[in-house]
Amino acid sequence: MTDTPIDRMTRATPRSVARRVRGLSDRAIAWLFVAPTIFLLLAINIFPLIWTVRLSFTNFAANRPGREVEWVGLRNYERILTSDGIWSNMQTTAHFLIWTITLQVVIGFTLAWLINRKFKGNDLLTTLIVLPMMLSPAVVGNFWTFLYQPQIGLFNYMVELLTGTPASSFSMLGAGGLAKWSIIIVDTWMWTPFVMLICLAGLRSIPDYIYEAAEVDRASKWRQFWTITVPMVLPFLMLAVLFRGIENFKMFDMVVLLTGGGPGNETLLASIDLKREAFEKWRTGYSSAYAIILFVTVFGLASIYVKALNKVKER
Amino acid sequence: MSSFVAGLLQFRRGPWENLSTVLIALGVVMLMQPFFLWAFTYSFIVTLVGTVMFIITSHFPE
Repeated sequence: MTDTPIDRMTRATPRSVARRVRGLSDRAIAWLFVAPTIFLLLAINIFPLIWTVRLSFTNFAANRPGREVEWVGLRNYERILTSDGIWSNMQTTAHFLIWTITLQVVIGFTLAWLINRKFKGNDLLTTLIVLPMMLSPAVVGNFWTFLYQPQIGLFNYMVELLTGTPASSFSMLGAGGLAKWSIIIVDTWMWTPFVMLICLAGLRSIPDYIYEAAEVDRASKWRQFWTITVPMVLPFLMLAVLFRGIENFKMFDMVVLLTGGGPGNETLLASIDLKREAFEKWRTGYSSAYAIILFVTVFGLASIYVKALNKVKER
Repeated sequence: MSSFVAGLLQFRRGPWENLSTVLIALGVVMLMQPFFLWAFTYSFIVTLVGTVMFIITSHFPE
């Protein structure tokens, strides 16, 4: 008789353990296996969340652990939601979100539409286009800082070459209203390939017979685009918009490396402001309330995202 | 419209989820709009209600 791995495992299990496990139901054994993961999840995710909610109702400051913690009720939320400064940061975040998403969807969809045709070097081109997406935001932030240098940067040089504006006459990361656009350009450069890939998946899911039927009905290419391509790719586009929306709402690393929220507060996104409140001003209770507001917003958007994802799956 | 209201009254998942989605989207727009401070002030509560409603209504029958 052959010795199977199960036989070997059975022999290796100590008798006392085997006797105990034998007495358990399948459900109990399943719980036994899942329990460590659930415990970790509770310890790493759920407990800090509950703790943050609790802190958001207090005036706790992490740099003064000895100070008596006062229960302030909804005062932190009230101060945040009536603050002109935070309202302004939300508008900066909105400016960043709207422009990055618009540019990424338009360029991403166009690229996907062009790349969806069969031509020589298609695969190589796709790989080259998705390269920026594979880089770390820290790397992207650092090398775009060099590209944006007014004296030696390639970006300013290209602008001079194309428009005739002297390269050293403007600074993308300095004062003058260009910093807002510099972070939009970098994010668009980095994440357009992601939107392109999602659109490509959508375009490739459209069966050829629909276009063939449209050809038989003598529908023009323009009409085919608006009545077949766009409606069929729309759920995928929705998915890309929501995903990028959630990601950019939380955007932190790349913008910190590029501008650090400056000049002034020009590129001070909500997440960067939150970090300043929590770890520079040490207003832990206040920043906890701020974090909860951002969390609920992202959670709400994520719920819509999951719903959109299910709709795409149903297709 | 009448089928939407009927769905709400019968506690159907679809219309309730749609209503919650609208509330969440409205809350996000209120949070980021540059026109009215009062809309910014009430944005959190609108998003919170929408999100909690979404969690509850996603367990309603189809």
